[in-house]
Amino acid sequence: MSFTFNDENKKKFDAILARYPEKQAAMLPALWLAQEQNEWISPEAMEYVASLLGLTPAKVYEVASFYTMFNLEPIGKYHFQVCRTLSCQLCGSEDITKYLKEKLGIQKLGDKSQDGRFTLSEVECLGSCGTAPMLQLNDDYHEDLTPQKLDELIASLK
Amino acid sequence: MDTKILTKNFGLKDSHLLSVYESTGGYQNLKKLFGMQPGDVIEEVKKSGLRGRGGAGFPTGLKWSFVPKDSPKPKYLCVNADESEPGTFKDRYLLELDPHRLIEGMIICSYAIDCHNAYVYIRGEFVYPKVQLEKAIEEAYQKGYLGKNILGSGFDLEITVHRGAGAYICGEETALLNSLEGKRGQPRLKPPFPAVVGLFACPTVVNNVETISALPYVLENGADAYRQFGTEKSPGTKMFSVSGHVNRPGNFEIPLGYPLKKLIMEDAGGIKDGKALKAVIPGGSSVPVLTAEEAMDVNLDYESLQEKGTMLGSGGVIVMDETTCMVKALTNLAHFYSHESCGQCSPCREGTGWAHKILQRMLGGEGRANDIDELNRIADNMAGKTICVLADALAMPIWSYLKKFRSEFEALCRS
Repeated sequence: MSFTFNDENKKKFDAILARYPEKQAAMLPALWLAQEQNEWISPEAMEYVASLLGLTPAKVYEVASFYTMFNLEPIGKYHFQVCRTLSCQLCGSEDITKYLKEKLGIQKLGDKSQDGRFTLSEVECLGSCGTAPMLQLNDDYHEDLTPQKLDELIASLK
Repeated sequence: MDTKILTKNFGLKDSHLLSVYESTGGYQNLKKLFGMQPGDVIEEVKKSGLRGRGGAGFPTGLKWSFVPKDSPKPKYLCVNADESEPGTFKDRYLLELDPHRLIEGMIICSYAIDCHNAYVYIRGEFVYPKVQLEKAIEEAYQKGYLGKNILGSGFDLEITVHRGAGAYICGEETALLNSLEGKRGQPRLKPPFPAVVGLFACPTVVNNVETISALPYVLENGADAYRQFGTEKSPGTKMFSVSGHVNRPGNFEIPLGYPLKKLIMEDAGGIKDGKALKAVIPGGSSVPVLTAEEAMDVNLDYESLQEKGTMLGSGGVIVMDETTCMVKALTNLAHFYSHESCGQCSPCREGTGWAHKILQRMLGGEGRANDIDELNRIADNMAGKTICVLADALAMPIWSYLKKFRSEFEALCRS
């Protein structure tokens, strides 16, 4: 299963390259493009990024595996990431995680729901401590959470 | 006196738009800027006493003056928008609500240090702030405030937003540079400092979003006007993010030297549910914790907090009420630093992990008689023994929690 950027991302990648004096600086932007296109970064995608940047695949893996936001395995369509750090914990993040586990039927953090639609994780501080407890669902922040808000949020997902 | 410099537009409708920023005087001083000598801009910033608002508090003008003027290499500005210090959420609002203030600040700094390519390194989770900033940059290009020959001055500046991907350590300036270069975000040995060997091995200034956002005011009104705010040694205003057990959490821009008691009890609405205060972290999770008594008797400036044995840091104020278990709070932070250690220095990689394991065991009811000594020993072996200060950032909480709330830890350790 080989991987290449689609035409739109090829154009975006060329524009990105022009912003840096060294090719390798396009590493994170290229990995983001790959993840956006495919929802996760496969070994083939890393090989492709390596070929674009003139690096070995191992070098790309070394970098991709350092950052928590790069999914090196497929995840659910909806990724709930509950902030677990101090301010959120003081404001009840543990209850939020517990509620979501039950609601989504997920036993272990990091796992997917049985139907594969949802992934539930706990993450470190998301910089939204004033509206704790909170979570990130895919790109968006959801703040000042209550069980009722979580119900509404889950119901709104197609 | 109105003390709002950074947040004065926050209440305006569509404050993120160029037209709104311009209507409040934004970008109007660029002509004045291009009429000045770069060295004079640096002098003015030095005179203002503005210090780095990301956490370290290093004098901004002095940092700029370390950039070698005779270097044939290109110079870079990297704005640190990797806001990740637990308890801190100010840069996010500056990016979302007033991105043009940051852009104008970047033009000022770039002109002063002769930089023509500036980057904003923004944490990967900040998708919406990134969108807002990119739209603002696009607007500024269209209006001729960015790009080639800005306002006919002959000065060129390109700004690129670079998205991180989830790593607290990339807020450390040399880790940020490595990450921007497409590497693992691991801090570099210093010296050489970034001002001499920074991004792509060229002279580089790394400044926090809030620091850069203060520059348009300094340029427009001068250093003396900026010094009207704050104290002699800690001039200016600063944003404090208040979170935890308070009635009205949020961001508050206050002049430095402001009483912490007033910030918590008045601005943030006091402690939730009428409970008593137990402890306050005044400057982001890595600084030593204050007891309620200490917190009610300290002012928010670099010197006053230092006298109390803690630091102003990033201005992330975490408030804990009487029901808070301090062992659990420290365990939470140990988990954070253990997770975020980049792993290159053994004292940090192993120390943060061991500290977390011991605390976890204590919380689980399996504390041992020598655990407190062991935790202190681990902290002693972390602080000052690594490439960057992430190890210190856990050592300081460990020492201060154990010292100030010792009985709570002892209660969980079998003798």
